[in-house]
Amino acid sequence: MAGFFEPGFFSSAPVHVALTVGGIVAVVSAVVGTFTVIRGQSFAGHALSDIGTAGGSGAFLVGVPTLYGFVAMNLTAAGVMELIGIRRPRGRDLATGIVLGAALGVAALFLYWDTTVSSTTGATINVLFGSIFTISTSTVPVVAVLGAATVAVIAALYRPLLLTSVSYDLAAARGVPVRLVSVGYLLALAVAVSLSSISIGAILSTALLIGPAATALRLTTRTGLAIGLAAAIGVAATWAGILLAYDSAAWSAGQQGWPVSFCIVAAVFACYLLASLRTRQSRHQRAR
Amino acid sequence: MNPRANAEILAVDNVSVTLSGRQILREVSFRIGAGELTGLIGSNGAGKTTLLRVILGLVTPTAGEVRLAGRPRTRRNQLVGYVPQKITLEPDMPLRARDLVGLGLDGHRFGVARPSAARNAAIADMLDAVDATRFADARVGNLSGGEQQRVMIAHALISRPRLLLLDEPLANLDIRSGHEVVHLLARISTEQRIAVLISAHDMNPLLPVMDRIVYLAAGRAVTGTTAEVVRTETLSDLYGHHVEVIHTQGRVLVVSGDDSGAVRTGSAVQTSGGDAQVRRG
Amino acid sequence: MFSNFMLNTWEAATIVAVVAGVVGFFTVLRGSAFAAHALPNGAFAGAAGASLLGVNALVGMGVFSLAGAVTIASLGRRARHDVATALTIVVLLGLGDLFLSRTTEYAPEIYSLLFGEILGVASTELAPTAAIGAACIAAVVVLYRPLMLSSVMPEVAEARGVSARRMDLCFLVVIALTTTMAVPVVGSLLIFSLLIGPPAAACAFTTTPRQAIVVSVLMALGIVWAAIAISYLTNLPIGFFVGTISAVFYTAGRGWVFRRQTRTAPSDPSRP
Repeated sequence: MAGFFEPGFFSSAPVHVALTVGGIVAVVSAVVGTFTVIRGQSFAGHALSDIGTAGGSGAFLVGVPTLYGFVAMNLTAAGVMELIGIRRPRGRDLATGIVLGAALGVAALFLYWDTTVSSTTGATINVLFGSIFTISTSTVPVVAVLGAATVAVIAALYRPLLLTSVSYDLAAARGVPVRLVSVGYLLALAVAVSLSSISIGAILSTALLIGPAATALRLTTRTGLAIGLAAAIGVAATWAGILLAYDSAAWSAGQQGWPVSFCIVAAVFACYLLASLRTRQSRHQRAR
Repeated sequence: MNPRANAEILAVDNVSVTLSGRQILREVSFRIGAGELTGLIGSNGAGKTTLLRVILGLVTPTAGEVRLAGRPRTRRNQLVGYVPQKITLEPDMPLRARDLVGLGLDGHRFGVARPSAARNAAIADMLDAVDATRFADARVGNLSGGEQQRVMIAHALISRPRLLLLDEPLANLDIRSGHEVVHLLARISTEQRIAVLISAHDMNPLLPVMDRIVYLAAGRAVTGTTAEVVRTETLSDLYGHHVEVIHTQGRVLVVSGDDSGAVRTGSAVQTSGGDAQVRRG
Repeated sequence: MFSNFMLNTWEAATIVAVVAGVVGFFTVLRGSAFAAHALPNGAFAGAAGASLLGVNALVGMGVFSLAGAVTIASLGRRARHDVATALTIVVLLGLGDLFLSRTTEYAPEIYSLLFGEILGVASTELAPTAAIGAACIAAVVVLYRPLMLSSVMPEVAEARGVSARRMDLCFLVVIALTTTMAVPVVGSLLIFSLLIGPPAAACAFTTTPRQAIVVSVLMALGIVWAAIAISYLTNLPIGFFVGTISAVFYTAGRGWVFRRQTRTAPSDPSRP
């Protein structure tokens, strides 16, 4: 068992923070992400987090914790997405892509200023790839509150969200306030994406949003079960990733360990591949 | 009690709709009573979908009004059950047929549904009524067109509507499934005293079960029984130019008089008459 | 700004813009925006891996972006396309992060690979870049008709024997190669703007595919040249200008379409 949990793992304060924040973020991302996958909005979810880089890098520039920069930028972008709401999916993808490109360009500018003006070399990595081991303890309650609020919103919108995903017109005809539901969901998505941006980084946050949810959806037919399974997979992968990153630092004795974001993404992807293999096997068995 | 005096469920009075500068519907009027199955017939572009959306409250008419059971149409009207033509169903959508029907009961309410024996029993009963029990636990995305259709009908019926609207339910079904759906709807309409309005571009599959017909052409409508409406004089009047109504081998063809032999609507066969003989078996 | 060591950048950028303008037209037509955003990250991972192993960067980029294309195609067969693409993006970015963390130039390398660098092209890379560019254009020319058909009317194409899946894979490979040669100059996160901004704008201003491709190439050249010039003069990152100027072109295109729609009569007999 020695070597699996390297010494100091359970007593290290940064690890505690990482496990707590990582766990909360994984659960929130899984809950929102299940609906994102159901609605076929993976690109929108990914674009939102990339757009957030402009907010995170801007926050870095003015000395504000990146979480607030992410939240502000993502909420704004989500609001604009709802307002524009071009119906034809192709037009919407292009518009999203263009905004994404412009936001990344602005992020490039901010990050450049971050490194030259404030001479903090870690800005790029921090914003883009996250910094779960350097999150300050004062951020933890903020993360918890935002996370709880997001899950509460999704719980409240649960049924109308499912109905609108099946048929927008049908829901409207039943008297569902479809606009409200749509806005509520996008805001929840914005906050979820911001939370995962500070843990695994803005451009990797999609991994926690989509990965566990997509995995769970391959394994079960029931919505409630899918959400629960996605949360469990997300937390497991996140904690496994944190452990792996910590261990790798001990293994390489002095050199830098593996980046924790990579470890988490690798764990999520591995779960997805395992689930895909399993469903492929069972389909073959049934065919025989 | 006089069986002909059906309670009026839907009243459409002189409804006109203008969208983007085009007049889609012109002074459309008709009534539907409880237990009546009405066909809304018209070719694509005639305004059927717009009319259905007006009845559903999704489109506000430019003129005229819609009344449901005597009351004007408001947003939160639970009297109407709706089966849309298409629903978005990815194969990995985590909804069983059972869940989809459950959403019909309370999908518009916020929060999560509390499981209860009564709720499950109601869902099971409805699935049984549409003969969908054997695939009740299958993913909706994996069902065939006809099976999905029946689940959507159960979904619409479980909230006990007085009016059931179906938008082109036969469009994506093979002939046998279409046949089954039509007779299922007729049975439901009679047994549960529900007014049923089915839109279609081909009236032939509905001929055996239609009590009344609302025939839509170029935004204007003529309504009555099939015998009253589907006649050369009536339809020529409606279209504004001569059309010929031909009854052949139990089917109705509406042939436009100006183009040579161009078939407009109401025909089950768009190619040659030979096919009709083969299909009738 | 036209000194010797800048010439490489101008030449490489010109090649990139021409190819991006052509390939971008089909990207917009097929709605492959997400894939066009995903595949360059393969080049990112590849360049990172190459610098770790001491291998030629172009080779690394080519290998990884092709691997990315194959991954999207194979994952996308059993799952939804957008889920497959999303997962591929994060895996590629994660791998790039891992590779670069092993080197000493961690942060600066990440920045220049993701956002582009004005001096990112060595003289030795010009010839291979031109070769890859020529290959991409040749592929588009050869596949032009089946590609157009399967992009616009996939069922008809299928009936005529043009396999949608094979076209998909071919086109993903073309995008992968295009982004491979573009990443050193424009950066993996922003080459995507060049692939969709100019073509989308061009489609708004023209009426035939050929016109659209020509205008798209001209716009892409304009964007890239302006970005290099301004970046050189102001010392600000080239990626910023590529992203924002592309957005300006796109907005101009949409504005034009909007004006044209509101000016003509709104009656459209084909609408229900």
